[in-house]
Amino acid sequence: MTVEIVGGGPAGLYLGILLRKLDRAVEVRVLERNAPDATFGWGVVFSEETLGSLRDADPETHLEITDTFARWDRVDIRYQDRVLSSRGHSFSAIARRRLLEILQARCRALGVELTFGTEVEALPEADLVVGADGANSLVRRLGDFGTTVEPEGSKYVWFGTDLVFDAFTFIFKETENGLYNAHAYPYDEHMSTFIVECPLETWLGARHGDRSEEESLAFCEQLFARDLRGHELFSNRSIWLDFPKVTNRVWHDRRVVLVGDAAHTAHFSIGSGTKLAMEDSIALANALARRRWDVEAALVDYELERGPLVERTQAAASDSAGYFRRVGRYRHLEPTQFAFNLLTRSGRITHATLSIRDPQFTRTLDAWFGGKEVSPPPAFSPWEGFPNRFSLVPSGFVAVSAEGRISEETPVVGEWTRPKEPVLLQLGHAGRRGSCRPVSVGRDLPLPHGWPIVAPAPMPYGPFSPAPQRPDEAEILAQFVAAAEVDADVLELDMAHGYLLGSYLSPLTNLEEDRLRFPLQVLAAVRDMWAGPLAVRLSVTDWHPRGSSVDDGIAIARAMRDAGADLIHVEAGQTVHDDRPEYRRGFLTALSDRVRNEARIPTLVGGYLTTLDEANTIVGAGRADLVLLDLPPAQIERTLDTSNKLLLAEVRP
Amino acid sequence: MNVGVGLPTTTPGATGERLLEWARRADAGPFSSVAVLDRLVYDSFEPFAVLSAAAGATSRVRLATMIAIGPLRSTALLAKQAASVHGLSGGRLTLGLAVGARVEDYEAAGMEHRGRGRKLGEQLAYIRGAVDGERVGPARDGIELLAGGLSGQAFSRMARYTDGYAHNGGPPRAFAGAAARAEAAWRDLGREGRPRLWGQGYFTLCDPERGEAYLRDYYAFTGGFVERIVAEHLTSIRAIKDFIRGYEEAGCDELVLFSTTPALEELERLAEAVG
Repeated sequence: MTVEIVGGGPAGLYLGILLRKLDRAVEVRVLERNAPDATFGWGVVFSEETLGSLRDADPETHLEITDTFARWDRVDIRYQDRVLSSRGHSFSAIARRRLLEILQARCRALGVELTFGTEVEALPEADLVVGADGANSLVRRLGDFGTTVEPEGSKYVWFGTDLVFDAFTFIFKETENGLYNAHAYPYDEHMSTFIVECPLETWLGARHGDRSEEESLAFCEQLFARDLRGHELFSNRSIWLDFPKVTNRVWHDRRVVLVGDAAHTAHFSIGSGTKLAMEDSIALANALARRRWDVEAALVDYELERGPLVERTQAAASDSAGYFRRVGRYRHLEPTQFAFNLLTRSGRITHATLSIRDPQFTRTLDAWFGGKEVSPPPAFSPWEGFPNRFSLVPSGFVAVSAEGRISEETPVVGEWTRPKEPVLLQLGHAGRRGSCRPVSVGRDLPLPHGWPIVAPAPMPYGPFSPAPQRPDEAEILAQFVAAAEVDADVLELDMAHGYLLGSYLSPLTNLEEDRLRFPLQVLAAVRDMWAGPLAVRLSVTDWHPRGSSVDDGIAIARAMRDAGADLIHVEAGQTVHDDRPEYRRGFLTALSDRVRNEARIPTLVGGYLTTLDEANTIVGAGRADLVLLDLPPAQIERTLDTSNKLLLAEVRP
Repeated sequence: MNVGVGLPTTTPGATGERLLEWARRADAGPFSSVAVLDRLVYDSFEPFAVLSAAAGATSRVRLATMIAIGPLRSTALLAKQAASVHGLSGGRLTLGLAVGARVEDYEAAGMEHRGRGRKLGEQLAYIRGAVDGERVGPARDGIELLAGGLSGQAFSRMARYTDGYAHNGGPPRAFAGAAARAEAAWRDLGREGRPRLWGQGYFTLCDPERGEAYLRDYYAFTGGFVERIVAEHLTSIRAIKDFIRGYEEAGCDELVLFSTTPALEELERLAEAVG
């Protein structure tokens, strides 16, 4: 059995070690195009879980690696001249160069052949060929893996510094061109990694493309001078880069398999690249052992085991990359909330998990949020019993008129009676989605012998829907105004999901120049009548290539705010029946985040949130102000009397 | 969770006689449904023809397509075929529809591959009774309608027009992910309650080699992906029990297990595992 490993980084060397340990009869060679002591980048980070699997896989290298580790458990966030610290995050880091030395030495001791300075041009002859040659893998280009490489996140540049930080430190710096941020962490007793990043717009504004390597370094040194406390930044071919997100449809092609960055990258801001790479090697070696060198079967096992884990990490990494690209929008948040938002950016830390890692931090957050001190760690729902937390019952769609009903079962506002509990009255006109069969049968199935439907343009909604007629705007305006005399606690105007007012807002369904005209007219008229809290339910994007984009939706939300809306109920899609929705848990949270923090208006968000922890995390991080929970049926019975209740957690104004 | 069993309409060696005997025994066993796959360019039986025959051979189990490729058929004919099976079986049809995965089926049927998603949406709406004055009988009331697919549009079609979701197979974890998306779509479309969730998997308890050879042939068109399907092939009672438990925990309502060989003994052994 012969194995050729292309690429002498952590994944390739570690795999060499594990394979020789597995079977000394196997010939293993590692081909590296650079010299043994050439390495790019500074320190690499590991989490506690990774260390456990390294210990099990090879105690010898584990010992050496952990001996030289820099360890810490604190995250510092330096923001607006304040330092916010969170504890309980166990990290370790090591100089990449030191890590490679340890792995190379162990390879030699185990009889792995190491060939440096060799460029591979064709696939080597071997029973197993491993592409461990990084994000720009050559091996990958020689096979059929269905590869996609696309840039993600901000522009970044990777430096070292001789200032030894004592925590994983995020530093934010305002400039005339926008916000810069640094990710800094120690990796031995002398040095730290110091990565600087900024969004493309900022990068272009500062004309970094025209600056030399030395000029960029000098710029960053000056920008972060106070945090560097007189220490220098060091360059190691440190130039501004785009982070390449690599995905592959399959990770093996016959006898060729990809590991590490060649197979998948994960944005550096969650520090998981090296961890994933070395875990790949462990999984691959274990699969070969289990399958007794039946290469084909082992490669399938390897891919099946690693695929879902890597996919989840990549999704978290992309969320994190996106967070830093848009971090400027959070500049208005209170430092405590800003910090909690940062810590929960990738969905891997939630309010509940942080309250275990760092109860002091969540206590501070909860106290800030609740506006009063809380004693012992809140066990279940931290905002339970706070004066600014309340529950509302959503009414479901209530029509302003009989013609505005969705189906014959839809209540009309004149006949609607409020429940005893506080209620959110959701008022709307179904427009071209009206006159349908009961919702229990399905949606958008036209009712035989129904009533005439109206919309701003004569396009039918679904495949068998009739063409709508022009609405009598004066009459409909009067219906909304009359409805605003109703007894409710919060009034919501439905401008989402392709109902009448929503269909005015989209270029897909309204050919007029000024699409906001009638919806704003309705909003203004109702605002005059209704003194209580007024919400607008809005499809922030049409999820359609020719429809309203998220940016359009944010502009609309801004216009609604200026016209007197107090709250946006964030929805998406359903403007047309053939949109391209993106369903998953919490699928509206990111949209709510953008509306709240870019249009700067409070938001209510649902989108299949099923736990109080999700609600607490969203509200605590300032991604929404009110949360609509879809509790699973069992939990509804346990915690609430009836289904379809709205659980709202309100942020103070 | 209910457990159903596939009729081996696509496995080599299955005769008409065998399929009917299989349906009869399934009806007498611990299974809640018998289900069929659909593929045009392959040595396999036509799903509605098989379910019609199964309707006569059974009296209890539901008869399900998991799934039938809707857009290979004209909409009105599809509706009539489905309604006929439903009528013949005394109202036992579960009609799972999706767009399928092979262009060659569309070419052989003389149907457009482009626009297949839109056409499936029309078919689901039509079968649900969206057309006023349409006179294609028999009555379709009470057909349990499911839709499959993994795109956002597929989930929204499912939630808009049907009773639930037909998953395409895979480990329980993959099913759970799809189920969450189906539930999210269901709530988003304002439907009441929750969608019915159907899952499926492949097994053999008689001849793993033969079963695997069939899977490799049947899924050759998927390229490297066939390896995953083979790796998920259930070949022991224990694996089947784990699989069933995993699906149950993921919220599945009906799990259909398809045998990869047509041996009647498969059914007996599966009955032991399930029972």
